[in-house]
Amino acid sequence: MIPAAGPDVAAAGVPLETPPVRATSLLRRSLRLWRTRIGVGLVGLLVLLAIVGPFVAPYGQSAPVGAPNALPGGKAALGTDYLGQDVLSRLLDGGRSILITAFIATAAGLIVGVVIGLIAAYARNALDDVLMRAMDVIMAFPQIMLALVAVAVVGAHAWVIVVALALTTVPRIARVARGAALPVVERDFIACAEAMGVPRWRILFVELLPNTLGPLMVEASLRMTYSIAVIAALAFLGLSTDPNGANWGTMIYENQTVLPIQPWGAVAPIIAIALLTMGTGLIGDGIARTAAGIDRSRGGE
Amino acid sequence: MNTPAVASESAEPAQAAVTVRDLQIDVAETRTPVVTDISFEITPGEVFGLVGESGSGKTTVGLALLGHARHGLAIAGGSVLLGGRDILALSDEQLRRLRGSVVSYVPQDPASSLNPALRVGLQLREVLEAHAGERDGRGAVRADHSARIAETMREVALPDDPRFLRRYPHELSGGQQQRIGLAMAFANRPRLIVLDEPTTGLDVTTQAHVLSTVRELAKLHDVAALYVSHDLAVVAALARRVAVMYAGRIVELGTAEALFTSAGHPYTRRLIGAIPRLTGGRSLLGIPGHAASPGNRPPGCSFAPRCSLRIEQCEQEIPALRPVSADHMVRCIRAEEVLTQEQRRIGDPIDMPAAEDLAALRLDSVVASYGRVEVVHSVSLSLAAHECLALVGESGSGKTTIARAIAGLHRNWTGKITLGDVPLQASARRRDADSRRRIQYIFQNPYGSLNPRRTVGDIIEQPLRLFGTASGRDASRRVAEMLERVSLTASYAARYPDQLSGGERQRVAIARALVCDPAVLVCDEVTSALDVSVQAAIVELLGNLQRDLGLSMLFITHNLPLVRSIAQRVAVLHEGVIAEIGDAAQVLGTPGQPYTRQLIADTPSLEVAIAEVGLGEPPVEPAPTG
Amino acid sequence: MLARIRWGGVPGFVIRRVLLGLIVLIMVSIVVFAATQALPGDPARAILGRSATPQSLAALRLKLHLNQPVFTQYWTWLTGLLRGNLGTSLAAQEPVTTLLRPKLVNSSVLVAVSAILSIPLSIAIGSWAALKREKIFDTLSSNLLLVLAAIPEFVVAVVLVLLLATTVSHVLPAISNIPPGSGPWNYPSALVLPVLTLVIVVAPYVARIVRASMIEVLESDYIEMARLKGLPERTVMIRHALPNALGPVFQVIALNLAYLAGGIVVVEFVFAYAGIGSALRDAVLNHDLPVVQALAMLIAALYVALNLLADVATIMVTPRLRTRL
Repeated sequence: MIPAAGPDVAAAGVPLETPPVRATSLLRRSLRLWRTRIGVGLVGLLVLLAIVGPFVAPYGQSAPVGAPNALPGGKAALGTDYLGQDVLSRLLDGGRSILITAFIATAAGLIVGVVIGLIAAYARNALDDVLMRAMDVIMAFPQIMLALVAVAVVGAHAWVIVVALALTTVPRIARVARGAALPVVERDFIACAEAMGVPRWRILFVELLPNTLGPLMVEASLRMTYSIAVIAALAFLGLSTDPNGANWGTMIYENQTVLPIQPWGAVAPIIAIALLTMGTGLIGDGIARTAAGIDRSRGGE
Repeated sequence: MNTPAVASESAEPAQAAVTVRDLQIDVAETRTPVVTDISFEITPGEVFGLVGESGSGKTTVGLALLGHARHGLAIAGGSVLLGGRDILALSDEQLRRLRGSVVSYVPQDPASSLNPALRVGLQLREVLEAHAGERDGRGAVRADHSARIAETMREVALPDDPRFLRRYPHELSGGQQQRIGLAMAFANRPRLIVLDEPTTGLDVTTQAHVLSTVRELAKLHDVAALYVSHDLAVVAALARRVAVMYAGRIVELGTAEALFTSAGHPYTRRLIGAIPRLTGGRSLLGIPGHAASPGNRPPGCSFAPRCSLRIEQCEQEIPALRPVSADHMVRCIRAEEVLTQEQRRIGDPIDMPAAEDLAALRLDSVVASYGRVEVVHSVSLSLAAHECLALVGESGSGKTTIARAIAGLHRNWTGKITLGDVPLQASARRRDADSRRRIQYIFQNPYGSLNPRRTVGDIIEQPLRLFGTASGRDASRRVAEMLERVSLTASYAARYPDQLSGGERQRVAIARALVCDPAVLVCDEVTSALDVSVQAAIVELLGNLQRDLGLSMLFITHNLPLVRSIAQRVAVLHEGVIAEIGDAAQVLGTPGQPYTRQLIADTPSLEVAIAEVGLGEPPVEPAPTG
Repeated sequence: MLARIRWGGVPGFVIRRVLLGLIVLIMVSIVVFAATQALPGDPARAILGRSATPQSLAALRLKLHLNQPVFTQYWTWLTGLLRGNLGTSLAAQEPVTTLLRPKLVNSSVLVAVSAILSIPLSIAIGSWAALKREKIFDTLSSNLLLVLAAIPEFVVAVVLVLLLATTVSHVLPAISNIPPGSGPWNYPSALVLPVLTLVIVVAPYVARIVRASMIEVLESDYIEMARLKGLPERTVMIRHALPNALGPVFQVIALNLAYLAGGIVVVEFVFAYAGIGSALRDAVLNHDLPVVQALAMLIAALYVALNLLADVATIMVTPRLRTRL
């Protein structure tokens, strides 16, 4: 009978470091929490809606179905909007562009941001300063403002919004990546790799990156939430890429003035957006709590 | 349950400063016992040692004497009688009044226990002010705080002028911070002080000063002191009576004399046997396996799985703590046998092979700096092939800087470092692959030196892949071989570091270092973060490997006695300069330089403590029978 | 690098930080300028659209100095900016300063009122949740705050309009009809919904951060030690916990204000509030570059100033960082 592995490190002034958790097990564990499950459920539901929606919509997004601003009933399950188009159909059509744009922008920002953050943390010298100052410059703008400026100059094209959003995501991710990587860089296994002469890129992506995944995943879900919010907000401000197409943000903008008469034109997309962002927020929070909980139970005894 | 049948003959319960009976502390949520069946008493003016390795529960017991349990734990039963009152039965407010005035606490890490935003003078004064108007441990009502503060500062050998008190904690050295901790604890002249490893992380010299301060103050103010520690040598010198804890229970309780000359419990004996000796090149013996954590403890005696004396009965029921003589209690059914065991030495003096002439590694006039500050001033030494050279020094002596310069991790140095006949570049990256392969480095912190995201097998295989020494199935075979070599099984290859204990991790680090057949091994304080028994096992392993593989080893440590168990030569480093260098037995037995002499004098050692009490050579491992 | 010059003490640090901030602002101005005028392609055409006549294009180019070398353009613009000349709005044909000044005042009032409400609120909720952590208030509030923090601000705005101004009740005006020339303080009911929206959007996020940093302080070793010294709980909280929690709080305040500044863009639009947020939106739609440039610089300068103040304030309350300077 081999005794279970227990701590046999003396409290000799050396801090007992809490080892980071593997990414897959972090995700799996966070799914044990109710909130993560609800979050995944919400996001899953809405993503499904966005993908499958256009195929199951009863009418086309621009086809007039009845009198404008009619309440639910008859042909239109959720009523009609200010142009007489079917709210339900537009709802089912309206999620895709938001999700795709948000996803691409966040993913791009994530990749670039992680690379910059890791390099800055590892370099720890003038390069770190320069990179972080550059990040500060980009962060001197609220995200939505940079998107607005870009649209003002170039026009409301999808790629403009994606680039602007990705650009503002980069420094925020870089900051988190750097913050998560700095304590890891100080640890001996990195020094060991350096002493053995492991190539720098390997150290960054094979040794360093996997140990920063916890905070990165939390931040990524936060950024996703925010990207969705900004894109919808841009549409709401009347700057969507396809003025006639269905887009949840645009729908709210269009039907805002007729709220007293026919609320569903605005309320339906509001509910959709709210649920989506709540979902991503819950997922991020679930991961954060799991990581914190693991740290706590490892550190205490 | 198992109350001590014989009270110590010197103190009746009414006279003892504190009496602990049947104390039990559980994990709050699961009700799993962390410590059980704790009973002892301390008389005024006595220093009582509570010894145990990590996981034994000693800190938990210490805190319970203040009625406090850490987050997640709960005091589940028993009583702590302080001046006749059971503090575990008191209300929060009553307890608050006792803390800091009748019973106080000296924490292990002074740096984090002092509030970084407040001046130290304020933190000292508030302990007086919070209890002003109450009766203190002596029954007197305090009046003048300033006078008391000045007096206390003098007692702990700190300047008593107001300017010093205006400093913030980060403006003090580690030793000074700890003294402030002592001052805060003694300020109200308490009846009982709990000291939780207060000299951890301090230099040997500072530690010696702090210990003598504790001794003096305890005597001066007739305070009962509970000294919690893992360091037996320190406890031997300081405490009159000692309790040894293992897996949440007291396994032996008696006078320091009795314990260290003839212990009754196999664990105590093994623990004493694992302590390095300043004299005599005796090999160290560790204890195989590790202590079970709360909730995983076996039925029956907790030590049985690791005990060489176990019999069937040991695994069936938990032995009672029973007296084997006046004032000596042991929790072992075979205690009488253990006591009467013939004391014999285990291990012959190490047969160190003579070093060859060709130097494996040479340093010539190496000057190393941090930024513009020079920390190593022209050090020259040579490490012969197949030799183990110990590099000792206190923190700040430059020993780690030298080690890292050799490894190519510290680049700011001038001079010459030669490996065999190849001069080395300052930065590891600039060196050629062969040089990098031939010098390997083992780090101090077992929790930081392995990538938590890779399997053990991956970690050990990395150098093979990097240096192209082996690949594919060949590599896996080498990995399995290395694992066996360091006394781990091949099944460890699939595990992750966070599933391993500290000792096991260091073994993996050793395996990784040796898998590519290096010529020089640099060990940087590789056992400082490990329990004594584990330390012994690792040193034993390293010693064997070094001899078997013919390695040249540079062993860096601040622990002087450890040197004798592993090294042939020793270099003593003091403030960036080699104070003394030579044969280990000679330098440590008859030191030539005043600094070396001072260092040895300040090092708490078991032999010195025993010698002071006037007894002979401490006993070692009894001959295994079962 | 300038950041590495070791000037002494706190004044030295402040100077260093200010210089750094200025450098960032200059970089920002380059970016803003480059984004709006120096991009490949023809800004004049982008502004006037495809149907512009060659004459109007030429006139516009002359007006915007587009024929001069890029650097000269930048220099003209920058020096103009520093002298207070923010250019002329293309849409309104007025100097940007006259156009924006009243709107700036309006937005400042909006942000100030929101800040006065949201900062103490977020600090109070976050601290209380930390103190009573894992208990009922904490669990309830944490979940509520999480949900609120995730929802985009225009959603909150429209829902509030729905609830309080149009469908569910008619308590408040849906639009902030403040006549030009008078200030929002004369029409407090016009402020209520925008302020409420901003507070609901910003406070939860900040409260969660306050909670996290408070918990870190409360679980620290020195707080445990203070209790073990027998100090009364009130002393532990006020004398020991609070000073250590203050540092992060300043960062929190700066964060609060920064989010508010970002949030006004959408909120002002929803309520037709005449502030710089809606001015920005209009300028974007009209491709009114001078206004866009001016607003971008303004908000960036605000951000940089806020971060600077937060950093300096943090240093002031953290002795450990002070002596290291």
